Amino acid sequence: MASPVQYLPGKEPHAREHRLIFRNVDRAGYDPSIDCYLKDGGYEQLKKALTMEKSAIINEVKASGLRGRGGAGFPTGVKWGFIPPTNTKPVYLICNADESEPGTFKDRYIMHQDPHQLVEGMVISCFAVGAKLAYIYIREEFPMAAKILEKALNEAREKNFLGNNILGSGFDCEIYVHRGAGAYICGEETGLIESLEGKRPYPRIKPPYFPAALGLYMSPTIVNNVESLCHVKHIIQMGGAEYAKLGTPNNTGTRILCVSGDVQKPGYYEVEVGKITMGEVIDVLCGGLKPGRKLKAIIPGGSSAKVLRADEKFKLKDGRELGIMDIPMDFDTMAACGSMAGSGGVMIMDDSRKMSWVINNLNAFYAHESCGQCTPCREGSLWMRKISDRIVDGKASPDDVDMLETVANQIEGKTICAFGEACSWPTQSFVKKFRDELKADCKPEFTGRIVNEETLVAAAGLVA
Amino acid sequence: MNVPPDLEARMDEAITHYPVSKRSAVLPLLHLVQEHFRYISDEAVEWVAKKLDLEPIKVLEVVTFYPGFRQTAPGRYHIRVCRTLSCAMAGSYELMDSICKTAKIDRSHTDHHHPIAVSEDGKYSVEFAECLACCGFGPVLMVDDDFYEKVDPAKVGDVLAKYQ
Repeated sequence: MASPVQYLPGKEPHAREHRLIFRNVDRAGYDPSIDCYLKDGGYEQLKKALTMEKSAIINEVKASGLRGRGGAGFPTGVKWGFIPPTNTKPVYLICNADESEPGTFKDRYIMHQDPHQLVEGMVISCFAVGAKLAYIYIREEFPMAAKILEKALNEAREKNFLGNNILGSGFDCEIYVHRGAGAYICGEETGLIESLEGKRPYPRIKPPYFPAALGLYMSPTIVNNVESLCHVKHIIQMGGAEYAKLGTPNNTGTRILCVSGDVQKPGYYEVEVGKITMGEVIDVLCGGLKPGRKLKAIIPGGSSAKVLRADEKFKLKDGRELGIMDIPMDFDTMAACGSMAGSGGVMIMDDSRKMSWVINNLNAFYAHESCGQCTPCREGSLWMRKISDRIVDGKASPDDVDMLETVANQIEGKTICAFGEACSWPTQSFVKKFRDELKADCKPEFTGRIVNEETLVAAAGLVA
Repeated sequence: MNVPPDLEARMDEAITHYPVSKRSAVLPLLHLVQEHFRYISDEAVEWVAKKLDLEPIKVLEVVTFYPGFRQTAPGRYHIRVCRTLSCAMAGSYELMDSICKTAKIDRSHTDHHHPIAVSEDGKYSVEFAECLACCGFGPVLMVDDDFYEKVDPAKVGDVLAKYQ
């Protein structure tokens, strides 16, 4: 784009940022209307895509190396390629706008401030995968975003970027907004699909219910995150190979980091993947920790990601040894350090935070959000909350800390969907890395004593 | 139950979004019901079920699952405070206490199945919500559809004053 983009005073991007998806967020004089979007070159990439072969678009997305920005980091182009080639059923595309992983707040701004970027990315994606009907599944707590998107879709319809025979291409496509109703599990793609079918969002078991083969109404369905679908537009604009030059190998493009907690300037920062370290995120982007405070722990990729302790050293396979501040913000290194880049939600905790309080807060979240379908998760998430409640209340024995870990270990890997891991990883990692601190909050005199009925049942049923 | 014609027209329009299965319209219809009546009564469950040719239990099981649906009337203004980690670190529990004190709300009887507490005069109700996805700017709250970030617990009165 020729003219430099001006931002609202005080909301200018940091010099280390690379604004692609967030180019128009906090942009001076920019509004969510289609006129504004068109003046800025909007829908040109849709026009370009409609002249391309569908397979060529999918190949560009594969070449871009784009990995899903919702949490799992699965390659988007590969996901699209899973639609069975012999399929004769209708194909659906769903935009996952259920943004509800604690610590994550990026899709909110895309939908509020630049909705047409998402719509354009979706129509291109629908064309590529052959979907004539698509839904934006948006969490209920975003009522304003839902209204803005509905207006944007109407505007797009009026200009024939949606509807029948889009821009004379012969391609028909319709998109509707579908509002959830406050359940975290709807961010899990098969739970989302069940919800969209009007049911309780109990996730489906894979196999056989891989959405790309058996998704919405038992038809092939592609579920992509808001940010991922926006990237598609830029991949068409730049070409997959050129896009892949952004970021680092196998961790391409840009991504939006959402930083919250104990830093001077929490907020959203769009950076090239892997081109900035955790230390730079904290000290350069976020202006450092609060005065006089020391770093204690970081949850690097949404609340389900395993916590990192400030003094940890991470030995990588290539021989490098990294401290927490040296970790590049990418998918692969974060995984090699035993956590995950997840949804990009970075939660920083300084030495004023008690870890028992932190893990108890997260356990309350997971206990509230377990859908209840699988016993280990339904019962275990509640148990973890009750045990960490006890620790926080000073009514636990040091053995309770070990029991907390035992309960988490019995959930992981034993559930239909990844919520089992999402709820057990925080507890497992907090206990492993802060065991002594958690035990210090307990009362040794309670050891071996039945504190209450819960402990009795737990002792009988869960501890060998 | 008296469903005004314009509300039913909006429901009929919503149903057209789901050409494959009318059952998919359960959530949108329940949202419209709740928006109009402020909560979802047993009568409304039966009405929606009939509208979508479903057994009432298929609607009720949805109402009871999702935290976003209420089966009892909230206050005239319903306030949701984010409870989850980033907001909690930023003071959301203090914020909740301050709202309750200012609006004279007793939350002592609330639990997982009864999350809402209403003020004595019925004007305000409060509820903790899980992560509202604005973690960098906590503590955050919603008053019905309006969103507020970085709310200072000491200045809760300024927010409440807008809802009289």
